[in-house]
Amino acid sequence: MRVGICGGGPAGLYLAILLRRAGHEVALRERNPPGVTYGWGVVFSDESLAELRDADYETYLQIDAALVRWSSIDIHYAGERIRSTGHGFAAIARTTLLRLLAERAVALGADMAFSTEVPDDDPWAPFAGCDLVVAADGVRSALRAAQAAAFGSRFSPTASKYVWFGADMALPVFTFIFTPTAHGLFQVHAYPYDAHRSTFIVETSEAAWRSAGLDAMSEGDSLAFCQDLFAPYLGDHRLLSNESVWRTFVTVRNRSWHCQVGGQDVVLVGDAAHTAHFSIGSGTRLALDDAIALAKAFVASPGDRSAALAAYEGDRQPIVERFQEVATDSARYFESVGRYLGFAPEPFAFNLLTRSGRISHGNLTARDPVLVNRVDRRFVGAAAPRLVVPPPLLTPLRLAAGCELANRVVMAGPILEAAEDGRPGEAHASALEGVAATGAALVVTEEVAPVAGGRVTSGSPGLWNDDHTEGWAKVAARVHEAGARLALRLTHAGRRGSTQPRGRGLDRPLPAGGWRLVAPSPVPYTARSLRPEAMDAAAREAVRAAYGDAAARAADAGVDVLLLDMADGYLLASFLSPLTNPGDDRRDSYPLEVLAAVREAWPAGRPLAVRLVADDRFPGGLTAADGVILARRLAAGGAGLIDVAAGHTVPDAAADYRRLFNAGLADRIRNEAGVPVVVGGHITRLDEVNTVLAAGRADLCRLDPRTYLRGTPPSPG
Amino acid sequence: MRIGVGLPTSTPPSGPRHRGPELLTWATRAEAGPFASLGVTDRLVYDCTDPMVALAAAAAVTTRLRLVTMVVIGPIRPAAVLAAQAASLDALSGGRVTLGVSLGARHDDYDAAGADWRSRGRYLSDELAAMRDIWEGTSVGPRPASPGGPDLLVGGGSGPAFLRAARHADGYVHGGGPPRAFASAAERARAAWVDAGRPGEPQLWGQSYFSLADPDAGADYLRHYYAFTGPFAERVAAGLLDSPKAVREQVAGYAEGGCDELVLLPATSDPSELDRLADALA
Repeated sequence: MRVGICGGGPAGLYLAILLRRAGHEVALRERNPPGVTYGWGVVFSDESLAELRDADYETYLQIDAALVRWSSIDIHYAGERIRSTGHGFAAIARTTLLRLLAERAVALGADMAFSTEVPDDDPWAPFAGCDLVVAADGVRSALRAAQAAAFGSRFSPTASKYVWFGADMALPVFTFIFTPTAHGLFQVHAYPYDAHRSTFIVETSEAAWRSAGLDAMSEGDSLAFCQDLFAPYLGDHRLLSNESVWRTFVTVRNRSWHCQVGGQDVVLVGDAAHTAHFSIGSGTRLALDDAIALAKAFVASPGDRSAALAAYEGDRQPIVERFQEVATDSARYFESVGRYLGFAPEPFAFNLLTRSGRISHGNLTARDPVLVNRVDRRFVGAAAPRLVVPPPLLTPLRLAAGCELANRVVMAGPILEAAEDGRPGEAHASALEGVAATGAALVVTEEVAPVAGGRVTSGSPGLWNDDHTEGWAKVAARVHEAGARLALRLTHAGRRGSTQPRGRGLDRPLPAGGWRLVAPSPVPYTARSLRPEAMDAAAREAVRAAYGDAAARAADAGVDVLLLDMADGYLLASFLSPLTNPGDDRRDSYPLEVLAAVREAWPAGRPLAVRLVADDRFPGGLTAADGVILARRLAAGGAGLIDVAAGHTVPDAAADYRRLFNAGLADRIRNEAGVPVVVGGHITRLDEVNTVLAAGRADLCRLDPRTYLRGTPPSPG
Repeated sequence: MRIGVGLPTSTPPSGPRHRGPELLTWATRAEAGPFASLGVTDRLVYDCTDPMVALAAAAAVTTRLRLVTMVVIGPIRPAAVLAAQAASLDALSGGRVTLGVSLGARHDDYDAAGADWRSRGRYLSDELAAMRDIWEGTSVGPRPASPGGPDLLVGGGSGPAFLRAARHADGYVHGGGPPRAFASAAERARAAWVDAGRPGEPQLWGQSYFSLADPDAGADYLRHYYAFTGPFAERVAAGLLDSPKAVREQVAGYAEGGCDELVLLPATSDPSELDRLADALA
């Protein structure tokens, strides 16, 4: 096979080596002269080195001899240096890597031409006669651009600004520096790559970048600004510039990684195929792994190029997508790291190290038990010399003077829809007792209606007369006997009421025997739902009073936590959202009035929580920024805990339903509104609970027995 | 995990022109094999035997197998028509129908049916709700044999598809791929189910193509059938289960991923493939 490779970066050069080894003809064209490169060092992990060792031992030995290795990460934050150990990484100067690869490729007989520009009008011309053209021409690939539609290229910029500098010093280990300024926070990602040099990346928000005037500064002035800002860490050493200009990171994705152009197969590798935010340091690793996978595919399918290209894409695409997800989470962390500046150093460091989901409480314990012990000790509030501390999930939480939870796990009972006229019976007691027996500290009921007209289905339980109080008292006693606390979810279904049991679908109106629905506006939930009546002042007042009465009954029944439902498209959520309550400029006033009525009826020493729709996940609806404002107002109104929910205000507002899909939202509500939060959203492992808690993303985690310990474990590093 | 097998409704017929009798032979032999169901796919602008008609024919020569659509494209059929067809099939077969429904991925099927492509998501959500209402009611179509009508599955791989399954169906049907892809989709289907506040758990169904005697012919068929996906057709062909070992590994992988029923779809029409598949599963 005759292969033309466009681009002499790591992916192109390494592919040239591997294909020459397999006996293919290789012609590589690079626009720069040999030895010219931008950027400083590149990072390898232990796993990526193992791949190189297997693919070409000679290259591996050369690279290995030139590597700088470290196993720690220093985090400079709030005047402290936290060091985390056990992270095996290595780096090499990019110029050295390219030189070693180019020498090896030449020795193997690759036809290499440097200083060769690909013509804009016909980028394929240099590769005429090749069976396969490899686009290894980087993030701004000309070959990819020439076939953008066939590849389905997409580009997502991140919000931050960053610049790559070098530094004329070898930092001892990988180093993060967080430096608040009058303009905003600046952070550094830096690591040594030979005995005298380090890569030194500076990143900040666009707002801080503009405020500091960096948008208008010359390359030299911006270097001086950063030199000055990080002088305490640089000492007598200098930052170095090499076309070091401020950039916006762009994530590149391609639906297809190969196509045909006039009888030639074209395939993407490296940055031309994909990029992943620099904060996970995987760009070079992914590029080299692409080359390995592509070369391997031609070994596995000799003589069948289309099968080989399909196998290459099928092998690499899912892995790269996973890296891109991880990198996106990491990038998002750095975009919003300003919200964690109130954290103590230990949780700050833990949150940083676990930002992308690749490191959890469990595997950080394996790498660095000393740091995790410090983190856990800080979480419990225990000072040295105490060493024996529970993990975060087993750390009690005092919700109010008279209510302490034994651990951080919340579990909802099953939806039974088995109440008669709202009265809970033995089915409820035994189901919730069963949930309590799992060991969860707080057990939550299904929706409990404050008025008969607020039920979801005719089997929904309620709390609108004293008869119900007795039923809930029995439930509470059984839950207490089983060692848990009981939270009662007080829900007026609003326009989602009067439906059939949910066994065969949601929001299916009762064909007969239903009741009139109320809502802030007369718009049905789905096209098949009953039309609600808009509530007038008298109706609102009656429902508000009923909420208060229900809260008083819940208190009498011995319920420990009252969870006032303002989520899931039910009545109070539909007051909050502009999608369902248009034209009202104080949409939160009625929900706050209801909260006040409940607050007044509910004993002062017992916790009052609100389940809040903090994001409608729908155009024109509530956003996370609205959620932060609402959470603050609810906290001021007496809610001591926010159960963070999203979606379902309108029926077709979907999430992505990935692992921990509500954790980012909960984190934002907790750390921007300053309120304790419960987070749910597909948490299936106790290790995830420990991670979320220790990182300060939530205070309690909601698990569900139907997903707990099920499904695939979090993947790869 | 149960194992089902597909009917060869869109593979090239092994007979001279049309695939009539061999579908019946295939169904009869499947009934005698270690299979729990017969599955059919749906495509309008292609040489594909209509899924509901094929299953009706299969119903006449079987008594045990479940009859499953993997999937029918919902929005190219009016809800009342699809509901009445499914209820009829369910009544004819003694309550053996599981109806998998999704959006499909091809514009041409919508154009040929005169259906609107842009509103297809909203249409499908309402169609699912409408069919259940029709089956429980008395005004449209025959009374299905299954109480409340056939089980409904929803296919697709996006957030809206998982939400649709959670809101309106009895489970989720995956579109095919390696076990890891199934497991990841199944997990999201379960997560959406819990998030939507739906009681119970979703049924989780998977599908894979197999061709044991003539894998090259099977791969050619898949390249042709999936040509509309561009280079992805090669990926589908590469996933073909072409040996007993590949079948067994796929079965083990899907079982581990929590699949309730894996339907193995034929990529060639030769009924002796059923024996080979049964041997591979034994």
